[in-house]
Amino acid sequence: MWLKFKRDWEEPESAVTPEALFKQRRNIIKGFGVAGAASLLPATGHAASWFGGDDEEPAAIVRRALNKTDIPPLHNDALTPEAKAISHNNFYEFGTAKDDPVKNSRQFNPNPWSFTIDGLVEKPLTLDLDDVMAKMALEQRIYRLRCVEAWSMVIPWVGFSLSDLLKQVKPLSSARYVAFETLYDPEQMPGQKSRFVGGGINYPYVEGLRLDEAMNPLSFMAVGMYGKTLPAQNGAPLRLVLPWKYGFKSIKSIVRIRFTDVEPPTTWNILSPHEYGFYANVNPKVDHPRWSQASERRIDDAGLLGRKRIDTEMFNGYGEQVAHLYKNMDLTRYF
Amino acid sequence: MSKAINKTLASYRWQLKGLLHLLLLCPLFYCVLAVVNGWWGGDPVQAIIHYLANSALNILVIALCLAPVSRKFKLPSLLAYRRLIGLYVFVYALLHLAAYLVIDLGLDWQLFWQENIQRPYIWLGMIAFVVLLAMSITSLKALQQKLGRRWLQLHGFVYPITLLVLVHFWWSLKSGWLEPVLYLVVVAGLFSLRKLQIQRWLGSFNNTNHTK
Repeated sequence: MWLKFKRDWEEPESAVTPEALFKQRRNIIKGFGVAGAASLLPATGHAASWFGGDDEEPAAIVRRALNKTDIPPLHNDALTPEAKAISHNNFYEFGTAKDDPVKNSRQFNPNPWSFTIDGLVEKPLTLDLDDVMAKMALEQRIYRLRCVEAWSMVIPWVGFSLSDLLKQVKPLSSARYVAFETLYDPEQMPGQKSRFVGGGINYPYVEGLRLDEAMNPLSFMAVGMYGKTLPAQNGAPLRLVLPWKYGFKSIKSIVRIRFTDVEPPTTWNILSPHEYGFYANVNPKVDHPRWSQASERRIDDAGLLGRKRIDTEMFNGYGEQVAHLYKNMDLTRYF
Repeated sequence: MSKAINKTLASYRWQLKGLLHLLLLCPLFYCVLAVVNGWWGGDPVQAIIHYLANSALNILVIALCLAPVSRKFKLPSLLAYRRLIGLYVFVYALLHLAAYLVIDLGLDWQLFWQENIQRPYIWLGMIAFVVLLAMSITSLKALQQKLGRRWLQLHGFVYPITLLVLVHFWWSLKSGWLEPVLYLVVVAGLFSLRKLQIQRWLGSFNNTNHTK
């Protein structure tokens, strides 16, 4: 007997929007001159926008299910509901407001995707992501995500250890840092095309880690979340996840990984060095100049008014795994 | 033409004020609608706080337009609506502050006071709020008459607090400065239209015995 079990995320075939209708709708929306002009304005917190466009459209990416091994979580936290984790994002390439990425990434197409690992390595490689995903044993890891803006989530990521990937290229002994780069494609990323949308950042977005940080077992390359491939707004198709650091270190939509012997530049540090350091370790004792880092707003299934602030833990609660990396370092200086 | 408008503004005052209340409450309705329908994503806290702040700022700019518009188009009756509009600036500023305290800080009063002391951009906003509060309380007709010249002095503080609010806005941004600068250009334009009034207001602090 052949049985088909419907998984809870599956939509029935009947719910699929006919392509013609989908395209027609896009054209209608494009036709609204006012909406077009409004989208040129910076999107920060809907400023100046008493006229916001709030159209719901299906996403361009079809997320597919992933087979993975579940790794027991290091903490007993309740998961952030998936609907919140995929609709509240910082991804300035798609706009600066939290709901911009989900809206402005609908046309983003991450397939096919390849990325390069080069620099101070024996075997530089350009890898096809589908091959990598097929070869790597995928794990699910539940990690806390602490944003520098003092909110946090708990997300089940699917992916593999960064170190397992990096070992494939055989780093040279002179390599001391690893630099990462996000895709630069203004056609697909409106924030890179317009300073109004992208918050005036110089793209591509770059990040970096010390080699020992990158090789730490917690450093994770995610290709999925909540059992499925990543949505565009969360960094499809491949992103870093570093649970003991502020979220902006976990660079999204990676196209290049480069081994170097000097500390690589990092986007937010370039933009405002006294607010964002190279290390960006979660540290309740070192405030951001504009807000306290001692506590955070955990985004869970509670409503807006039912939510409590919780105390922030040193290294976001991962001190046992990573504190040795920063022994003898003055963390108020190397923040 | 302006005579007819003037007459309408004067004779339908109550009806127009009712309409104005409805219009000025629209941003609040939109905010509630957006949150309830999830238009602002899974965690709209920041969006709510910014939207309320922007509503206050937009209404402030509208309020600042009334005097030049009434002068240019000879519409003195327009000024009868200024108090109502000004009070809504305070209403949205209050909602902005309340949203920060309740849904962002989770009513953690200790953190609230600590942040008020430590963060320059927050105390700039706080100063503006306190002045707005004083202006709102003294907008009662009886107090207005009682305070006389002092009332004019107090309400002239709308000029510096507009600038404070723009700095508060600029310092609160993680990146970019374009939006506050756009507002600054508009505000500077409005201020230049009333150079004389601003000079007179500044002068009123120098020779306190001088009465006109």
